[in-house]
Amino acid sequence: MLKVNSINCGIVIDHITAGKGMKIFEKLKLADAEFPVVLLINVSSNKRGKKDIIKIENKIDLDLTMLGLIDPTLTINIIENDEIINKMQVSIPEEVQGLFKCKNPRCISNFDEYAVPKFELAHKNGKIRYRCSYCEELTSYSI
Amino acid sequence: MNLKGRHLIDPNDFSLEEFKQVFDLADKMVEYRDAFGSVCKGKILGTLFYEPSTRTRLSFESAMLRLGGTVLGFSDASTSSVSKGESIADTIRVLDTYADIVVMRHPKEGAPMLASEYSRVPVINGGDGGHQHPTQTLTDLLTIRRLKGSLDNLTVAFCGDLKFGRTVHSLVSTLARYNANKFVFISPAELKFPEHLKETLMEKHNIEIYETESLEEVINQVDILYMTRIQRERFFNEADYMRLKDSYILTRTKLVDAKPDMLVMHPLPRVNEIAYDVDDDQRAAYFKQAELGIYARMALMALQLGVDVNVEGK
Ligand SMILES: [Zn+2]
Repeated sequence: MLKVNSINCGIVIDHITAGKGMKIFEKLKLADAEFPVVLLINVSSNKRGKKDIIKIENKIDLDLTMLGLIDPTLTINIIENDEIINKMQVSIPEEVQGLFKCKNPRCISNFDEYAVPKFELAHKNGKIRYRCSYCEELTSYSI
Repeated sequence: MNLKGRHLIDPNDFSLEEFKQVFDLADKMVEYRDAFGSVCKGKILGTLFYEPSTRTRLSFESAMLRLGGTVLGFSDASTSSVSKGESIADTIRVLDTYADIVVMRHPKEGAPMLASEYSRVPVINGGDGGHQHPTQTLTDLLTIRRLKGSLDNLTVAFCGDLKFGRTVHSLVSTLARYNANKFVFISPAELKFPEHLKETLMEKHNIEIYETESLEEVINQVDILYMTRIQRERFFNEADYMRLKDSYILTRTKLVDAKPDMLVMHPLPRVNEIAYDVDDDQRAAYFKQAELGIYARMALMALQLGVDVNVEGK
């Protein structure tokens, strides 16, 4: 297996569903980073066959809502002096604002910039959908 | 439970107690209408109609005039000075200085809610796209309460286009909040009551729903038959439309099997879904329903404005 040096201070986003690493890399705007960042894709994983990993050699602010929305199974490890000092789990967010748009073409939020809908998680089992606070239509998210 | 200063965007904005408050006052207004002729003296209703709806607008205007208030507004945004591209948030922050209460009709869903977030005066949703039309729901409930004496323990059938009919969606969701109401949905397969709404209702209220394509099958079992329009263009093909169109038309002949005290309701305007020969049947309630719409709106606005409704003579 490809060897990548571990980082001694920073963040490792682990257990990313294979194929979603690139999306997260983009959303965190890591291409513009001024510090070392590694994106690993299709790494073999005991649990799930394959996974993606992102290693960031810096402490940056992570939008956990956004990460949970893209991939609720990933884990976040905060590393200091070569040790994991904090492990975080994300989850499917109950409420989301500003990360995606309402899919209803008749919704005011698609015409008026003042209308920024709050999306409430509508179905926990099975399909993940969000209910728009303005039009109440369900939107299956994609960001 | 004070309705003063409150918006009405969605029927869920009001509790059942608050509905009762509106209906109790509406009942008094029906009985002693003239006594309420100046309770809103000096108050101005702003009618912001971003799309024309003469019926709804006149109903609101009449209601305010009957309370002694005045009205101003526009009835079609394209011919009015409301500029295209201006945010509703900006528009309402100017217009709320011109009026004491506002009714907004808008083709975009959620527009009245956006207005309510920036308005200093109560905003009433007068219909937003295919979404909500809460004063129609108030009207429907008032009609049922007056003519059936209760909003509980009813079997209510909805017939026609149940997929796109916001009137139906609002009324079903609201009746589900009362006790032990049962619902019968009569529609062609293409125009069935939306699955996601059904799920939400069943989750929240544990209600009984029966679905069928045949009006004749169920007409003898229901307390209220709520008819809606079926538009030709909603059908996938002409053959289906031709095959089904007569099944969703109520005629005097079909009424023979119905309970003698059943109510036939319709939000109006009708096209052909209720034959004219039904009009003088005692069960036809749709013109009464339209009339009660004025009283529902009068009571609502008086309470939102917080005017003194303890008039003499009542
Ligand atoms: Zn929306």
